[in-house]
Amino acid sequence: MSTFTQDNPKCHDFLKGAKKALDDDRLQAQLARSLKDGFQKKRLKGMSRLPEYEQLRDRAKAIKAHTLDNLDRYLEQFEAQVMKAGGHVHWARDDDEAAKIIIDICKSVGAKTVTKGKSMITEEIGLNAHFRANGIEPVETDLGEYIIQLRDEPPSHIIAPAFHISKEQVADTFREHHKDQIEDRDLSQPTTLVHEAREELRQKFLKADVGITGSNVLVAETGTGLIVTNEGNGDLTQSLPPVHIAVSSIEKVVPTLEDADTILRLLARTATGQEMSVYTTFFTGPKRDKDLDGPEQFHMVVLDNRRSDLLGGPLHDVLSCIRCGACINHCPIYGKVSGHAYGWVYPGPIGSILTPHFVGVDEAHLLPNACTMCGRCEDVCPVRIPLPKLLRTWRGRAFDAGHPGGLQRLGLRVWAWFAKRPSFYRLLVRPMVMVLGWMGSSRPYDLPAPQGSTFMDRYKRGER
Amino acid sequence: MSSARTEILTRLKTALKSTARQTEPPLIPARGLVKGQACIDAFVEEAIYGLAEVVRLKVVTEIPKALTKILNDAETTKLKAAPHADLQSLDWSGVDVEFGRGEADDLVALSVAFAGVAETGTLVMRSGVDAPTTLNFLPDVHVVVMYAGDIEGNYEAVWQRLKTENKMLPRTVNWITGPSRTADIEQTMLLGAHGPRKLVILLINEKA
Repeated sequence: MSTFTQDNPKCHDFLKGAKKALDDDRLQAQLARSLKDGFQKKRLKGMSRLPEYEQLRDRAKAIKAHTLDNLDRYLEQFEAQVMKAGGHVHWARDDDEAAKIIIDICKSVGAKTVTKGKSMITEEIGLNAHFRANGIEPVETDLGEYIIQLRDEPPSHIIAPAFHISKEQVADTFREHHKDQIEDRDLSQPTTLVHEAREELRQKFLKADVGITGSNVLVAETGTGLIVTNEGNGDLTQSLPPVHIAVSSIEKVVPTLEDADTILRLLARTATGQEMSVYTTFFTGPKRDKDLDGPEQFHMVVLDNRRSDLLGGPLHDVLSCIRCGACINHCPIYGKVSGHAYGWVYPGPIGSILTPHFVGVDEAHLLPNACTMCGRCEDVCPVRIPLPKLLRTWRGRAFDAGHPGGLQRLGLRVWAWFAKRPSFYRLLVRPMVMVLGWMGSSRPYDLPAPQGSTFMDRYKRGER
Repeated sequence: MSSARTEILTRLKTALKSTARQTEPPLIPARGLVKGQACIDAFVEEAIYGLAEVVRLKVVTEIPKALTKILNDAETTKLKAAPHADLQSLDWSGVDVEFGRGEADDLVALSVAFAGVAETGTLVMRSGVDAPTTLNFLPDVHVVVMYAGDIEGNYEAVWQRLKTENKMLPRTVNWITGPSRTADIEQTMLLGAHGPRKLVILLINEKA
């Protein structure tokens, strides 16, 4: 399985992928450990250390709302400031155009290898495939991304791309790919694995001709981009090679550095419970005259990829997303089916809203329907995106487009007919309760069989 | 200007409302509003929470001695230091010091922080002729001089200083909160992923 691209999404296979994940005991244990005992607890701890957390969420929401209403103005300001600092700004309408811009820059400097900081936007573009097709070697430098690159897998989570892989699997992967190391070395401990990856990647950092990163935020007033990492990989990626290309999308811009502060106060805390990521690196243009290090060239690629179609429409709010991963970490569906089942770049609740937009509702209609409407995603979203509402929008659109079809659709229509006529509905429910009660617990899943009479019957009897 | 630019901006202009900004001062958490000694104490507490080590020194002239110990612990005699006037003017006899940018085989590097942020115990490094960015990421042990007087309560105060002192932001501003780490293998937190395994802050009371 290699990386998904817009041309080959696998969302239609959601049910198959979900079943595969459910049957995988090791993955289920890993999911429980990473999400419930990991991310969820860490977030609670991080929140408990900052009394102003809830107020900051309102502020961040307001910043994003204002910026989205004035995107053109702030993007133009951002562009002017990048140019003033000696950088270049490239506008890309879609994924292919962005890839072409990046490949052309790499070719113009005769690049053979490029190092990459972790970036979901380059996953969206499917950039690594473009590099390989053009004879350029892309090297992912975030440890998780590096592991899945060696294993030729797509990420299964937007901030922890390899969390589904065990340390034994990592050891096997390293043994297979790191040919210069002693063959029978002990790789049983995560420490040894991290050390070995550091050693291998250090050489790649030094050799790279171009460094590519994303940008979590673009600051209009100064023409500044920023990345957050814990490893320091994205930071080496943009300090060592002679060319730095940052790739971002139009909705990432905010007006001022102070606005970026507000978002940063929420980002790491919500994602991993950290006070702040270890490294938050702000970059403005290329190396200055007397600087001893830094890239000679700085390029900023700003991608639309039809995000502008979402502005002002029913899905407008999804553009506020700061990609912290909290909705994913708290989704009961993701917690069982993991990331690959979603079949494209962004998994979980946020993915179920973005993916149908990018790959089409015919391909991805199962995703917004794989939701219990429990509302936890909205509860934890640092910028208060009403994710269930947006998922419902997609369900409506999917239905209009003929999904689901056949018997399911007929069933829904029958149910709708009864649901709109309460007295008939009650007539139907009474025998249903009895039938389901007889069938009892011999069913293949763990739903309790209804007991006694219907809610309305009991309500009328005064059981309150 | 490219047609992609025109096309994207035109689409945005048609879709958008364009509103004036409600200006209100940024919401700074109470813990970032501390002053004086309380501010320094908060910085130290948060820096340690972020797994940095803090060594308190009275004056700059104590730096070489502090470094001797750190170099011993790292089993090296070589120090790579930022070509910063404050560091170059020190008496380094007994230490094999070289001033310049970071290199792949540097074990211990020394640089000077532009500012500190008490709110999260964060160091603010800015790039420049006397502050190469590579020193922040390549060594095994990164030692940072932090003058107590340069510690601010919050990020906003540091931006204010940077904006006043520079016409344009330096190429890079690095916020550093603790040593490099990863949790990418089975969510186990391990130090020293690509950057320094150890971050030592030399907190200095007096500048001169």
